[in-house]
Amino acid sequence: MTRKTFLTENRSIFWFLLALAVFTLVVTVLSTGAGTGAISTSFVKTLGRTLCLMLVAVAMDVVWGYTGILSLGHMAFFGLGGYMIGMWLMYARTEIIVAESLAAAAIPPTPQEIHDAVGTQIFGVVGASEFPAIWFFASSFWAQMALVVLVPGILALVFGWLAFRSRVTGVYLSILTQAMTLALSLYLFQNDSGLRGNNGLSGLQNLPGLDAVPQSLVSIWFFWGSAAALAAGYLLFAWVVSGKMGSVIRGIRDNESRVRFLGYHVESYKLFVFTLTGIVAGIAGALYYPQAGIINPNEIAPIASIYLAVWVAIGGRGRLYGAAIGAGVVSLLSSWFTSGGAPDIPLGFYTIQWTDWWLVLLGVSFVAVTLLAPKGIGGLFDLMGRTHPVMPARVGGYGPDKGARRKSEGEEEK
Amino acid sequence: MTRTLKLTGVAAAALVAAGAASAQDVECPIKVGVLHSLSGTMAISETTLKDTMEMLIEKQNEAGGVLGCDLEAVVKDPASDWPLFAEKARELLTTDDVDVIFGSWTSASRKAVLPVIEELNGLFFYPVQYEGEESSKNVFYTGAAPNQQAIPAVDYFLEELGIEKFALLGTDYVYPRTTNNILESYLMDNGIAEEDIFVNYTPFGHSDWSTIVSDVQDLSADGSLVGVISTINGDANVGFYKELAAQGVDAADIPVVAFSVGEEELSGFDTSNLVGHLAAWNYFMSADTPENEEFIAQWHEYIGDDSRVTNDPMEAHYIGFNMWVNAAEEAGTTDVDAVREAMWGQEFPNLTGGTAVMNTNHHLSKPVLIGEIRADGQFDIITQTEEVPGDAWTDFLPESAPLKSDWQELECGMYNTETETCVQIKSNY
Amino acid sequence: MPRVLPIVFALVLCACAALPGTGRAQQDDAASDLQSILQTHAEEVADPGRRTVGAVIDDLVASGLPSAATFLERWADREVYLNTEDGRFYYAEDEGETYALTNIATGEPAGSAPEDAVEEIRPNGGVRRVIGSALVQFQLSDPDPAVRSDALDALARRPNAEQLAPLRNSIEGEQDPAIRARKERLAAILSARFADSTEDRIEAISSLASGLSLEARASLSQILETQQRVAESLPEDANIATELEPGSDALPAAEAYARLVDEGLAPAAQSREEIKAALTANLADGRVGGVPVGQLGTEAGRARAYAALAEAGTVPPLVTDESRAEALASHVFYLEYDEPDPAITDAARTALDEVETRVFLNQMADLGLDALSLASIYFLAAIGLAITFGVMGVINMAHGEFIMMGAYTGYVVQQIIPDYTMSLIVALPLAFAVTFGAGVALERLVIRWLYHRPLETLLATFGISIMLQQLAKNIFGTQARPLTSPGWLDGAWVVNDVIAISNIRIAIFVLALIFLALILFVLNRTRLGLEVRAVTQNPGMAGSMGINPDRINMLTFGLGSGIAGIAGVAIGLYAQVTSEMGANYIVQSFMTVVVGGVGNVWGTLAGATLIGVLQKGIEWFNPSNTLAAQTYMILFVIFFIQFRPKGIVALKGRAAGD
Repeated sequence: MTRKTFLTENRSIFWFLLALAVFTLVVTVLSTGAGTGAISTSFVKTLGRTLCLMLVAVAMDVVWGYTGILSLGHMAFFGLGGYMIGMWLMYARTEIIVAESLAAAAIPPTPQEIHDAVGTQIFGVVGASEFPAIWFFASSFWAQMALVVLVPGILALVFGWLAFRSRVTGVYLSILTQAMTLALSLYLFQNDSGLRGNNGLSGLQNLPGLDAVPQSLVSIWFFWGSAAALAAGYLLFAWVVSGKMGSVIRGIRDNESRVRFLGYHVESYKLFVFTLTGIVAGIAGALYYPQAGIINPNEIAPIASIYLAVWVAIGGRGRLYGAAIGAGVVSLLSSWFTSGGAPDIPLGFYTIQWTDWWLVLLGVSFVAVTLLAPKGIGGLFDLMGRTHPVMPARVGGYGPDKGARRKSEGEEEK
Repeated sequence: MTRTLKLTGVAAAALVAAGAASAQDVECPIKVGVLHSLSGTMAISETTLKDTMEMLIEKQNEAGGVLGCDLEAVVKDPASDWPLFAEKARELLTTDDVDVIFGSWTSASRKAVLPVIEELNGLFFYPVQYEGEESSKNVFYTGAAPNQQAIPAVDYFLEELGIEKFALLGTDYVYPRTTNNILESYLMDNGIAEEDIFVNYTPFGHSDWSTIVSDVQDLSADGSLVGVISTINGDANVGFYKELAAQGVDAADIPVVAFSVGEEELSGFDTSNLVGHLAAWNYFMSADTPENEEFIAQWHEYIGDDSRVTNDPMEAHYIGFNMWVNAAEEAGTTDVDAVREAMWGQEFPNLTGGTAVMNTNHHLSKPVLIGEIRADGQFDIITQTEEVPGDAWTDFLPESAPLKSDWQELECGMYNTETETCVQIKSNY
Repeated sequence: MPRVLPIVFALVLCACAALPGTGRAQQDDAASDLQSILQTHAEEVADPGRRTVGAVIDDLVASGLPSAATFLERWADREVYLNTEDGRFYYAEDEGETYALTNIATGEPAGSAPEDAVEEIRPNGGVRRVIGSALVQFQLSDPDPAVRSDALDALARRPNAEQLAPLRNSIEGEQDPAIRARKERLAAILSARFADSTEDRIEAISSLASGLSLEARASLSQILETQQRVAESLPEDANIATELEPGSDALPAAEAYARLVDEGLAPAAQSREEIKAALTANLADGRVGGVPVGQLGTEAGRARAYAALAEAGTVPPLVTDESRAEALASHVFYLEYDEPDPAITDAARTALDEVETRVFLNQMADLGLDALSLASIYFLAAIGLAITFGVMGVINMAHGEFIMMGAYTGYVVQQIIPDYTMSLIVALPLAFAVTFGAGVALERLVIRWLYHRPLETLLATFGISIMLQQLAKNIFGTQARPLTSPGWLDGAWVVNDVIAISNIRIAIFVLALIFLALILFVLNRTRLGLEVRAVTQNPGMAGSMGINPDRINMLTFGLGSGIAGIAGVAIGLYAQVTSEMGANYIVQSFMTVVVGGVGNVWGTLAGATLIGVLQKGIEWFNPSNTLAAQTYMILFVIFFIQFRPKGIVALKGRAAGD
């Protein structure tokens, strides 16, 4: 299969990347840091973070919409990625501050002194001053970057191996992944975990050594980075779910036993998808948290992963762009409603304040989407597809239930 | 004599004119950010503070506003989520262009807001008792530092109750951790052995207290008098006090002093079994002063419910807000740097009597009160000290003892008096 | 203490004005010198402190006045007021604007005083305790058994030598057998420490070995109190408890050395900061001890510079590891008993060991009770879920919110019916009805459309869950709401000083048992249960046998939800009622069901017991960190599922599905 056919077979990729590029360009032109200033720095950050959420949603879609594993733990990988980058950011920034202050003394500081002082600065908040062992690599940018990929990857690999090996499937697997993320967040909530417990790591938006660069510029850099990562991630997953690999994992979703009887090693495929999406989630997290500025264990509480599933479901499972759109739309709407951006609705006897009622609306619309429009927002593109043949047809199915289309491979995209 | 008078008169007129001129620079309405969680676990405590701020702003507008402008409250809900605090603070400062923010309850949320406030040079008022070890250029701490709450309470335990063994129970986050650290060090300085200090941390919203309460009761097995110092936060207190009552822990046997339990938290349950347990604050609703009476009346009128209580962080907002209003009037502008400098030395009467003073380390001088719980959910004030100046860096931890904060003279929030250097201008988050 | 200042000021003023001058005051004083005793200590009476109040009490007790004991009692109960107008003390009663005063000596009315002239005197807990001990001697033979009992409580709290004689004397005339037994026990406890002869003490000590009360343990521990000492060699005549090995857990080497330094037996070791400070102090011409400053950025450079300085005698020589080890080796560290008589300490040690073994066993039993209680809470929270999830295969993420709805129902009922017992009786069935209705509505509107898509049920019910949570917040606010238990559920069932469990938890346990029985009965012995089981195993076949699967599903779901509502009332009684309380239980409940084995009530029971016991067990190993217990418990569950993917009680055959 040549590259040309890969793209022509999946024209949605082209449209998605084009839309993303246009969006990036528009935001850049309007931003405070690199353009006219019509969009505030904080909104650029919100958009940048939304792009990261879209990336993790795309990963989630591959796990759930394509492979049929409803993971309620992917935000754990996302958070771990954030923690890994956060450790370096905190260490490096504090080291600069400490070195400056110690340099003022008559006698030059020893490396050990600097290290100890950094420890006091970082852990003073939680009443300690010693560096826990897990901070061993924190002083090295490249080591910590490698950990962004390795830590979520290895956790996903080990957990996935244990779970798939014993053939835990369906709802059980969902609950097990939820237990994993709960255990991890409870563990990180402890001070003894060495990652500052409930406080988490903070001040992450200040890049070490770049104090002179204004946040407006930093925010646009991260925005570009997030857009690039989303584009790369989208391409990667589009490639994964196309071709034979894609057929096998969709087969696993629709009927795992049959795929196994056909001689495929189902566990390996599942493990590959689970681990790969875990790594991408970790990378997305590493881009997200420097924009958020703080990470704490609450970020990987089970509820976060459930929201991730909600985004994908609302956006439309089984199509990558659906997941991305779902994550973007719901998280932006969410921040619009909760920040009081939406106008109150006076009903005469009662005034609906959206800060109070937004979650109710989200809950109801979510139930409605599940019941009435299982294709989600992505389903709208099918409607458009009928009148505009240019629009891509959908790439995936949406579930193993009775009414699900069991299409024959290779006949779809004619 | 007449000439000097005249001169002063002219000077005063000039000043007034200057004030008026700069007042015109102020954009009306003046926006006041309110950053308190209205949902999530901390909403139990923080919602009231949002209402308090809205009440104070409404009252100020009735009195003519500030610098001839009306005040407008911009309320955001950070939903007990620390990262959301940082995001909402940024929104307040960049999108809404507020002149001052009143907000936060937990230290974790304050630490999340700090870098944003410092980066964008905002002005932030933090109304809750906290663990100290911090002094930011952009934050005014109107709640108690450890030496204004925890240390006097421990002194009371040591001196007045003769406690020999301590159980430090806390929710697992920065305030209890740091406070307990300071207290441990303080207790050891006062001759309490390390093994006589039992420390336990529980998660937010913890509800299964039976084992912990039994453990505490067991501490008295060696004949020592045991006292509990509770930094348990939020709604976990309900379960804790219910368990204390159920296991019959009498205040005469094992007194409990709480730093995060006030009238508001006690309104969640029946206190008849908890009579005699203690709390340390800078304010109790039962304080007998005309200012307090007026404040309570105002609150009841505003909220439309006579059963609602007032508490210490509300008083902190009351003092902080009024100080800010006076400082802005004095500076003739709401510009952050001008107001900040005008804040130093601001005085305002406490609701419990006496006068609160804003020091140059951005902490208040306030009296410390210790109260015993009554059957009606109020407190009997049993001691009240002189005004104690808040100490940003505790004297009881070796690494903090040489540090001090003075934004006026030293222009530094973390100044090492031994090496005579400013350790850092921006905060350690 | 500014609150004191005005009082003191007023007192001084009044003392000047009232005491020598006015005739009326003097007449009263002549009539009773209680007031005059108080007036000589006026400041202390108005604002007593634990350490200083003794003088007043001694004077009062020494006066032998009958009104003194009453005064002490009422003083501690905060019934004494200071009239700032005449500076005298009265008993007073609030009558709105004024206080009605009563003469403390005669108990006769003494007019009234305006509100702001009267100061309530509030002795703090420490003072109350001192007053309590002083009152013991008056109260030991008081006709009221409650007062005698209080006196014994006060005595047990702070036993002292003087109380032994009055206590022994009062045993003779004691009529109440329970109080008499308590007096005898206390007398033994006091004798163990304060009796005059060694034989008496040893006898008392051995009698304590059979009990396990806190008081007895306290007394024994106090006899065994030790001091850590250090010497060149072990002294001959001292009553030594143990010798301590430096570097062992009991005495880490650093601590041992610090002890030597404290005693002046060894030079203090220099910390890194001290070395740096010494180097800084001796900085000259960019060099320290001949080493250029540039080289001091390393440990080795600093060591060289310091060595050079030490050589020159400007700083004390560095304390090396060798010299420290040597200093430790040449001293002995030991614990010495405060009690000089070895016979007594030996007896006490034997007795305490015996008591402690028993205490340990009892602690285990107590822990077992706690675990059982936790298990019953988990069981109650999870059993409804076990029905919907296990029997129907439906995931209900809103289950936690049904628990919350039940708790709020209880709260609302309490607002309407003020009697706690009555309201509880109403609340339990009402909570069942409300959540049953909500469950049926949920099943009809949402779940029945999703029976073939379990993962989507999970998500849809999650939508319901966030909606219900937010609705509860909008209706009830974010404050925790009180759900007060009736008086008869207050307090605890106390077996002894170690084993105790609160009545509410017992009630929850009983409730859990009732529901276990009820559900087993419904599922196994009723028509409905039969139909439920039939529909569970094969809906199509059941349908063709004339069973209406729709109806059965609806009822099963309603039943599961209804039980959640009752669990909500029960949980609300011992913990907090908030809009988020359900979320705290949902993951635990799922794990209970999964660990126990799906589709089986016994499995849920086993799962709840396992999780409860495990959590308490881990907590016991690591008592200072409750979070760790929860973390390890979840890790355990994850691993457990590896080995028993179908849970403890796994269904076999066709019913297992898949």
